[in-house]
Amino acid sequence: MAAEDLPSQFDVVILGTGLTESVIAAACSRVGQSVLHLDRRNYYAGNWASFTFNGLLSWIEEYKNQQEVQITELEQVWRSLIDEGEDAVPLSAVDSSISNLEVFCYASEEEEETKAPLTSFQPVNAETVSEETNGDSTEAQDTVTGDDAMATDAKTPNEEHEVSEPKEEQHTSDISEPSQSQEEKEPQLISSPADPPVEVEKKITYQKLVKEGRRFNIDLVSKLMYSRGALVDLLIKSNVSRYAEFKNIGRILTYSNGKVEQVPCSRADVFASKQLTVVEKRMLMKFLTFCLDFEQHPEEYQDYTEKPFREFLKNKKLTENLQDFVLHSIAMVTQQTLTEEGLKATQHFLRCLGRYGNTPFLFPLYGLGEIPQCFCRMCAVFGGIYCLRHSVQCLVVDKAANKVKAVIDTRGQRISCSHFVVEDSYIRDEQRQSTAYRQISRAVLITDRSVLPSESDQQISLVTIPPLEPSAPAVRMVELCSSSMTCMPGTYLVHLTCSSSGTAQEDLAPVVSQLFHVSTIPGEEPSEGAEERSKPAVLWVMYFNMRDTSALDSSSYSLPSNVHVCTGPDGSLCSDYSIKLAESVFHHILPDEEFCPPAPNPEDIIYDGDGPQAEGPGFDESTNTEADKSQAEEEGAAHEKSPSTESSEPAEMDSVTQQAPSDTTPPSEE
Amino acid sequence: QHGRVKIKSTAQQEEEKRKEREKKLKAYVSARDGILKKRSAGEHDEEALQLTQQLLSSNPDFATLWNYRREVLLHLETLREKDEVQKLYESELHFIEACLKVNPKSYGCWHHRSWVNTRLPQPDWTRELGLCDRCLSLDERNFHCWDYRRVVVKESGVSVEQELQFTDHLIGSNFSNYSSWHYRSTLLPQLHPQPVPDSAPNASPSPTTSPQFHSHRVCEEQLLKEYELAHNAFFTDPNDQSAWFYYRWLLGRAEREEMISCVYVSREGERVSVAFSKPVHAQSEGLMLVLDGQPQQVQWRSAHPRFRHSPVWLCDLPPGSISDISNEHNLNIHWTEKHTHRDCALYTGSAESWCRDSATDQELFRSELSVEKSSVLQAELQSCNQLLELEPQNKWCLLTIILLMRALDPLGHEKETLAHFQTLKEVDPMRSSYYSDLCSKFLIENTILKMEYAEVRVFSLSDKNLTILCHLDQLLFVTHINLSSNQLLRLPPQFAMLQCLEVLEADDNAIESLEGLYHLPKLEEVSLRNNQICKLSDLESLASCTKLTRLDLRGNPVHRTANIESELSQLLPLVAALSL
Repeated sequence: MAAEDLPSQFDVVILGTGLTESVIAAACSRVGQSVLHLDRRNYYAGNWASFTFNGLLSWIEEYKNQQEVQITELEQVWRSLIDEGEDAVPLSAVDSSISNLEVFCYASEEEEETKAPLTSFQPVNAETVSEETNGDSTEAQDTVTGDDAMATDAKTPNEEHEVSEPKEEQHTSDISEPSQSQEEKEPQLISSPADPPVEVEKKITYQKLVKEGRRFNIDLVSKLMYSRGALVDLLIKSNVSRYAEFKNIGRILTYSNGKVEQVPCSRADVFASKQLTVVEKRMLMKFLTFCLDFEQHPEEYQDYTEKPFREFLKNKKLTENLQDFVLHSIAMVTQQTLTEEGLKATQHFLRCLGRYGNTPFLFPLYGLGEIPQCFCRMCAVFGGIYCLRHSVQCLVVDKAANKVKAVIDTRGQRISCSHFVVEDSYIRDEQRQSTAYRQISRAVLITDRSVLPSESDQQISLVTIPPLEPSAPAVRMVELCSSSMTCMPGTYLVHLTCSSSGTAQEDLAPVVSQLFHVSTIPGEEPSEGAEERSKPAVLWVMYFNMRDTSALDSSSYSLPSNVHVCTGPDGSLCSDYSIKLAESVFHHILPDEEFCPPAPNPEDIIYDGDGPQAEGPGFDESTNTEADKSQAEEEGAAHEKSPSTESSEPAEMDSVTQQAPSDTTPPSEE
Repeated sequence: QHGRVKIKSTAQQEEEKRKEREKKLKAYVSARDGILKKRSAGEHDEEALQLTQQLLSSNPDFATLWNYRREVLLHLETLREKDEVQKLYESELHFIEACLKVNPKSYGCWHHRSWVNTRLPQPDWTRELGLCDRCLSLDERNFHCWDYRRVVVKESGVSVEQELQFTDHLIGSNFSNYSSWHYRSTLLPQLHPQPVPDSAPNASPSPTTSPQFHSHRVCEEQLLKEYELAHNAFFTDPNDQSAWFYYRWLLGRAEREEMISCVYVSREGERVSVAFSKPVHAQSEGLMLVLDGQPQQVQWRSAHPRFRHSPVWLCDLPPGSISDISNEHNLNIHWTEKHTHRDCALYTGSAESWCRDSATDQELFRSELSVEKSSVLQAELQSCNQLLELEPQNKWCLLTIILLMRALDPLGHEKETLAHFQTLKEVDPMRSSYYSDLCSKFLIENTILKMEYAEVRVFSLSDKNLTILCHLDQLLFVTHINLSSNQLLRLPPQFAMLQCLEVLEADDNAIESLEGLYHLPKLEEVSLRNNQICKLSDLESLASCTKLTRLDLRGNPVHRTANIESELSQLLPLVAALSL
């Protein structure tokens, strides 16, 4: 698309397609504002994005090849567009929010093959074991190329890894060029005593992962949706929920005393729990019932308002076991959290139970990256214009009013606007009061089995892992099954998240090795026995840190008053923070308008013949180019009737229209 | 504002909807009329199927249309090959499924589905079972579906084990669904029946003809597992009644067998009384009396004409047959309906004689619980007491504890039981009358036990807040009864079973009705001070008690009646000592 194709005036220009920006875009567009929504990347959702396996590999490549973009030449172009009495505030061309990226592959590089049927409890013969041992070491060295220093010892702290050194990339593994010397069998026996004896097990090779890569939707951010949280409420209120489908989180698990076990959180769980005595069941139910309306009984907790929640739990005569469940898995707070906050967190959890299932959580099919795209789609339906791979070089500020009048895009076009909304990673350090950030540590694993196999292998599990040592952070793990449309059948996609104290690998590798079979950890004996083999094997793992800017507010930036900075994803389990931020930015821009009122039914919309009613050419194209990825969608009606919707990357829009299988629960009004 | 999407106003939308509705109604009515016309013309063709299908898919509750459809289908069946019939009915099943989506609780749909499956040459029960499971997962209390499922299970021969697993699954997902608990209670006795002959030696000494009936019981090993399941449920949510009801069923015992529990014969009046373990209708030929080997033609009557069914039946022997005190007699009473009998010997010199099972022997009053070993019940009582400590206000727990205590040792736990009743009335005031009645019942049972242990014929239960009288058939031999200072409202017709009663004290109650003081042949003295007897007519039944000579009616509203004394002496001429 040529630059002059863009109109030169908008009410709101939004840069970045993360959740907050997308919600603001939809909200503004919905009430009639003209919206230009840009993203410098070639995909939607920024750090909220979901990638296919292959898409993720490209993303990793891009991270590695990221260079300072030469902007000097372009600068001259925009200099000429600045008039007198105006100031130019340049934006950052480089995203430095991701750091310490590490990738390891443990899946066999061989061609796919079928193993002989495994009988349960069949001992592994010695030969196989020794082969595997060899395989482990060779593979590890071969896979992690380019850096011998840390190839074999995942636990070695590497001093070269500075938390806020985004361009550090010499340690990343080379995934795109797998080594050729793989002769060994898959280093991990995929056998579980629980498996039926005659099941033919297929090894999942690296080739298989790549071949089936499109079945993966790997989120950069791992979050769930509280069924009565701000995001679900907004999806329902705005009717955006129609663009996505959801699956219940089936179980809430925790890791204690070296094993994974189910957290009894609903009434049915407590009833069925085999680990609790009947008296514990009563105490737990009594406590949870109290939490549901704890405000009504201040006498129960008022002596503890200044004391940690943990002490309150002790006082309520909950056993150690129950205290852990409530603290780590239900309230999901720390040892230091005060009583009232703990009670509120517990209450929120409980109020979300039972709305859509036996746990409080939902997960969007095809990954969390769907959600920002749904809001973008809503924005487009109401006339918002989308351009990907298209950014803003600088802001044009009216010196006298200290307000942004216009922006100059990467194609050198000057576009005037009344408000400018921008994601934090586009802001240069010069405009910041401080450059010290919090970080989130993330790990993404592809595994061959659930951490707690059960009757149904198609469950999403939330696993809360209390700190392994007092100083370590609590880790949150989400295990996604293939029916969540985020990974290929036969695998699980596991997300680990915690607030960083070191690099992601330093923070999370100990947890990974506790819960999974990682074949490259030195000193590990694959023949160790059933215990080790009963753990799921890691086929592939990626560690990275993501900057957490959620603590920043407008006082953290020196920017004109009509520039609204949206911080990136925070480290919490839910997206409420980002939604609330979007709402507050929206009310800044349009104090008198309603935030995301319900969209009207398509048949109730009156067309006066002015706007083009036919589907834009972009959408035709998109349906054709990626027709295999998504089926024709009923919601197309909304597209057809949308006013002119232009997009420089129409194909991207299409991923919003994916269809999901029918065994899911879309949120709707009760 | 520019660019804002224009939306139709609510009035416009309403108007459009109204028109839409009108159009639909018109189409519906004309289609209905068309179909009914076709039916009365006796047309049974494909078109009829199509038309009814259109209407039924929007209104599946139109029973007449289903009937018409059945007529058409039966007719088409005669015209087609077997595999075509299969297809015809299979498409019918698909259609019904669509209707069930419109209304999953339509009587017409479910009934029609059962019918179609009986007509289907090769019914696919697996699919039907799947349908039921899907429906129940959407609404676990859809009784239409439960009913249909029972039919399917029966027809397809699903094993009892599988069905039990099915209830496991349902209870696991929601234990507040009594449908699944109840289903469980029907499956367990089939799957784990209690071995019948071995149960007797373990139980406390009981008569050779065991009064208990065991076939609905479950073996002990399984029972213990079920107790645990119920514990899990009521500890998780002690206010949920499903598990408590199931628990009561687990603890309960089967109904008592119908048999003669007592025969009483008195030379005075030459009268025989027969008591049964449960109310029977003995006026038919079923009850036979043999005196000294001679079958007697006697007229049986229940203790009060109000009862067609009664636990006590009376007859008068022909005059002179047993009046001579120097003769010995043998009575055999046969209850031919159940092939049981009871004998009674009247010895020389005795004015009366009886033969019976005592309440203590029969463990009659261990409420509805008690077939299990007392060690098991003791453990259950402990569990419930543990729960009560955590939930001192829980009515289900309190009530269950009371029942367990009664099953274990009614007299030993009397004090605790009364305290628990008091708590129950406070925490559940809505049902305080129920608790009062239940408490009265238990107190009467305890008093009967005490009376039997003491081997006396005096029943005294005064100042205990009694609200009802029950177990009066157990008081057949009582001569003196004291019910003073209670809250009784009446002496019910059952009171007429007290054939030996001589003295009745029932002062300081709120008695209004004396219906039960009816043909009590030995009643001599009645004291009814401070009650609520208002009318002379309330006293009429006393006239049938021919030995009554002392009557105390002080403090009753009836004394305000004009000419009361003369009226009374006319009504009860035999009463010599009358206090008003």
